[in-house]
Amino acid sequence: MFFQETTPDTSGYMIAGYAIAFIVMALYVASIYLRTRNLNQDMTMLEEMDKPAHPVQTSPPPQPRKSPAKSGANKSAKTVTKKSRQK
Amino acid sequence: MQPKPVALKVLDVASIILLAISTYLALVFAPTELVMGDVQRVFYFHIGTAWTALLGFILAAVFSVVYLVRKDLKWDRLQVAAIEVSLVFFLITIVLGSIWARPAWNTWWTWDPRLTTAAVTELIYVAYFMLRQGIDDPDRRARFGAVYALIGGLSAPITFFAIRLFRTIHPVVIGGTNPEADGGFSMTADMRVAFFFALFAFTVVFIDLFWNRIRLGDLQDKVEQLKLKVSM
Repeated sequence: MFFQETTPDTSGYMIAGYAIAFIVMALYVASIYLRTRNLNQDMTMLEEMDKPAHPVQTSPPPQPRKSPAKSGANKSAKTVTKKSRQK
Repeated sequence: MQPKPVALKVLDVASIILLAISTYLALVFAPTELVMGDVQRVFYFHIGTAWTALLGFILAAVFSVVYLVRKDLKWDRLQVAAIEVSLVFFLITIVLGSIWARPAWNTWWTWDPRLTTAAVTELIYVAYFMLRQGIDDPDRRARFGAVYALIGGLSAPITFFAIRLFRTIHPVVIGGTNPEADGGFSMTADMRVAFFFALFAFTVVFIDLFWNRIRLGDLQDKVEQLKLKVSM
């Protein structure tokens, strides 16, 4: 090779070299992307599993609304006590 | 899922642009070497990937020392990331060197000191991942990995200095000459531009991949911890 007069055509080796370099880099980038995506899926699934079946209430439970019938009953109860006092 | 930081997104784009410019400089801008022809152009990526890979192996050895001192698994994740990216880059270095050797030395491979030390370095780090796969306990795995990476890190300077210390046919392009080298050449000004730009571009690409790999390691760690929590 080093005793020739003209420059040899070695472009095929050059193309092969650059193609392999880019393919290896692309495969590695793809592997990072795929592994990240799979781990995110695992994370979501594990977080779902980690949630308790009966969620614990952190805020105070809502107060039951007084129904008109119930308040009326209370009123009658009050009147009963008043009447019994008068007796 | 944590969103990607803006700086990392910018680095991703910058890496692609720099790699494209570096490819243009290597394939179009740099002149054709008269004796070897176009195959000499693989030299720019060959050195670019070799430089970052060897730097990564040495960085990993430094992270190992920090892990052994502080016992913080964060340093273990940094070490794994540095070694994985370096392993990929060094594979490219070896393959490109072999492709260059075929027309230059008339063989794909020869057991020259540089080629041998490079192959040994690559195999040391392949074995590193095999070792880690075999250990389940995270602290034990990190401790074994750190000691291994620290000792393995010695192979990086040995590989770098192999062409300066031993009798070899591998050319010395930076910082010296080798009278017994086969395929050596002196760089023109345009070749230097392509060469130094490739070094810069691959350094940025390495940092980008390294950062992405660290994020992957953090995510792996979170998933492992969550698995333990769920299984208890």
